[in-house]
Amino acid sequence: MRRYAAPILLALFVAIAAPIAPAPAIGPGEALEDAKLEGRARDIGRELRCLVCQNQSIDDSDAPLARDLRRLVRKRLTAGDSDREVIAYVHARYGDFVLLRPPVDERTWLLWFGPAVALLAALLFLLWRLRRPRGATEAAGLPAEEAARADALLRDRGDEK
Amino acid sequence: MRSRRLLYLAPLAVFAAIAAAAAFYLQSGRDPSLLPSALIDKPAPAFSAPGLEHGGKIIRQGIESASFKGRITVLNFFASWCAPCLIEHPQITVLSKVPGVTLAGINYKDKPADAARWLARHGNPYARIGVDRDGEIAPEFGLYGVPETYLIDRAGRIRFKQVGPITKQVLEEKILPAIEALRK
Repeated sequence: MRRYAAPILLALFVAIAAPIAPAPAIGPGEALEDAKLEGRARDIGRELRCLVCQNQSIDDSDAPLARDLRRLVRKRLTAGDSDREVIAYVHARYGDFVLLRPPVDERTWLLWFGPAVALLAALLFLLWRLRRPRGATEAAGLPAEEAARADALLRDRGDEK
Repeated sequence: MRSRRLLYLAPLAVFAAIAAAAAFYLQSGRDPSLLPSALIDKPAPAFSAPGLEHGGKIIRQGIESASFKGRITVLNFFASWCAPCLIEHPQITVLSKVPGVTLAGINYKDKPADAARWLARHGNPYARIGVDRDGEIAPEFGLYGVPETYLIDRAGRIRFKQVGPITKQVLEEKILPAIEALRK
């Protein structure tokens, strides 16, 4: 049983630690009373970047700007906007950078599809290399003069025998 | 066999290309942390900000976004606690004297007493001052922080945005020419 101790402990740790997500930075009095609306506000908050932080969502950040944006999201939701309308509202004011998931358009094609294209190109190259006949590498052996020298050396060796 | 040997140079060539591209962007003087405003050439957001009051006295009347129509407005977000606002204060004062331009200030997340003291000490160039005590108006403009300045044309559209303090150079090379163009 002893050798299972470490894996079991690790599994236990993971099971306990996994549900402990970093707490959102939402302050007291900020949350909406309507739990359903607040839930939508949290979902939206995770999609929006805190613009003065390094890659944190407005839900994760303590920055005053993030707090203001959380309030704006809740104000729009209370006014009856759909989730998409709220995000569009913030996007119209802060631009693409506020979206943690950049939109797919002609400026971001390289970003979205670049890795897949690179992977595909690498696979094609690999296939091409593997399918090349083995003889091809041997044929590309020694340059003519070196081959002649090698032959001469081999012949010398043969003479010694 | 020549082409084979050249193939070994390929990684070096790739590296050289990346280095050249990086050098180009570093030398171009573009600051990637400055983002273009999403609101350029769009109508200024509608808002209504109460005037700045202190000690029972109204220091300046507030701002209604409807009042932007028909005049050229420079809208400047400032605060007494904001050091760069002091740096740009002489340039803001110059803007207040440009004929045909209304200089409006939004006092951002400030205590009225502090704002009043700051204006008394450094001069009050603003024709109107709206108070945004809790930072509710700021995100409507896509504000990152103070100071930030918006140039709004007669149709109420945002035509230029300055993030951070207005230096003498920005004033002379960007804002004054932009105002000149709007006046025509």
